Amino acid sequence: MIINHPLLGPRDAQEFTYLGDASLIDRPDWQAEDAADQFHEYVYLRENPAGLHKELWFHEQGDRSWLVVTRNTVTHEITNVELARDVARARGRSK
Amino acid sequence: MRYSGLRVIKEALTGHKGWRPAWRDPEPKKSYDVVIIGGGGHGLATAYYLSKVHKITNVAVIEKGYIGGGNVGRNTTIIRSNYLLDGNEPFYELSLKLWEGLEQDFNYNAMVSQRGILNLVHTDAQRDAARRRGNAMILNGSDAELLDANGVRAMYPFLNFDNARFPIKGGLLHRRGGTVRHDAVAWGYARGADMRGVDIIQNCEVTGFKIENGKCLGVETTKGFIGAKKVASCVAGSSSRVMEKAGMRLPIESHVLQAFVSEGLKPVLDGVITFGAGHFYCSQSDKGGLVFGGDLDMYNSYAQRGNLPVVEDVMEGGMALIPAIGRVRMLRSWGGIMDMSMDGSPFIDKTHIDGLYFNGGWCYGGFKATPASGWCYAHLLATDKPHEVATAYRLDRFRTGHMIDEKGVGPNPNLH
Repeated sequence: MIINHPLLGPRDAQEFTYLGDASLIDRPDWQAEDAADQFHEYVYLRENPAGLHKELWFHEQGDRSWLVVTRNTVTHEITNVELARDVARARGRSK
Repeated sequence: MRYSGLRVIKEALTGHKGWRPAWRDPEPKKSYDVVIIGGGGHGLATAYYLSKVHKITNVAVIEKGYIGGGNVGRNTTIIRSNYLLDGNEPFYELSLKLWEGLEQDFNYNAMVSQRGILNLVHTDAQRDAARRRGNAMILNGSDAELLDANGVRAMYPFLNFDNARFPIKGGLLHRRGGTVRHDAVAWGYARGADMRGVDIIQNCEVTGFKIENGKCLGVETTKGFIGAKKVASCVAGSSSRVMEKAGMRLPIESHVLQAFVSEGLKPVLDGVITFGAGHFYCSQSDKGGLVFGGDLDMYNSYAQRGNLPVVEDVMEGGMALIPAIGRVRMLRSWGGIMDMSMDGSPFIDKTHIDGLYFNGGWCYGGFKATPASGWCYAHLLATDKPHEVATAYRLDRFRTGHMIDEKGVGPNPNLH
């Protein structure tokens, strides 16, 4: 697989390590009333779709940036790649 | 029709005209006591033990393709009982005991071959871990023997013993482990269940569940609605896709695991060996091909094929362990989809929906578990209580902190 890195261009997927579902960006509020339930869902439960999947890849043997890759889990086709930083900022996280 | 040596001779002398299909091809009835979703090894074993042990015969097994066309036909056929943790080892030991009596029990030649599994160790720390694991196995009624390098050399003189990076220092030998003819397992269970009245319905996909007031009343399928007092999902690899139709999210990711078989060779490897310094394991089939595999491809996938980097990685592991295979040509490779759970261990449990049961999360160890999985799932379906060796396989164990994490790598499904 080739991942089209937003800064570096097309790179071999072997340069990256895989973490999992990009929902891991959305860490729950630890002070919420139902924090235990939220963290249980956050850490352990997954949508695990057959089809488009947003997922976190780390460019370990490159510029060490985290990416959000949109990939089809049935065909392995990659349709979109963003910097995880940009995704988190767009959701109002750490300015 | 019972199979026997005498029967084979009789059929050979009379032109093989007496053989009959091993199971029927029925249309679904309006309703059943139990509907099992998934006609793989585990689903068919569940139906078999439900009908044989618990005398519940008003049962249907619904399969979207043909039976045995999923992971029971795509694995590397190894059976073993060499787990470390208390939540696991008694279960896998029951499974191995069931394997030992399986062929007589269901009157079908599954070619169960207890040829021994040798887990190699390459460092002092690995030897300590192997000794600990061996002791845990023995405490749970399994068998284990720690070999030194000479002991391994006597069995497999062609291994790469004096490699500078990965010298072989010994191995943990599990003599009762071995291999089984995997397709025959599905066929044997199917035939045994069908004989006792279970309907095996192929080419019938479940499209949804009928759930009212927190109770599951049956399944919608491509052959219409089928009512059921109990619905039992048993579709490891596709668990998330099926249970999503009941509104459930699972502690599971689907990953692809590749396996390989070489051209046929003369007998060279009479047991199963696993490399301890990389992910590679190998056995030789009765046809002569080396059957081997290694790591997952590491990313979520529902495609039954993997990518080339993992092929290269597995081959490198093989070459590091058995340099003599360097000129062997590869015949086939394929991929299967695994339910990778959050702690590397499976689930056999009720769900929060009344009448809906779940079996899955087998990671890449589902084949060896087939008999015990069927046995314990049938017990749960018949009595509504977990079998005593499967009490740890609960769906809520992450909430309560009772993970069964053999490798100790936490909630990272691709690392188990």
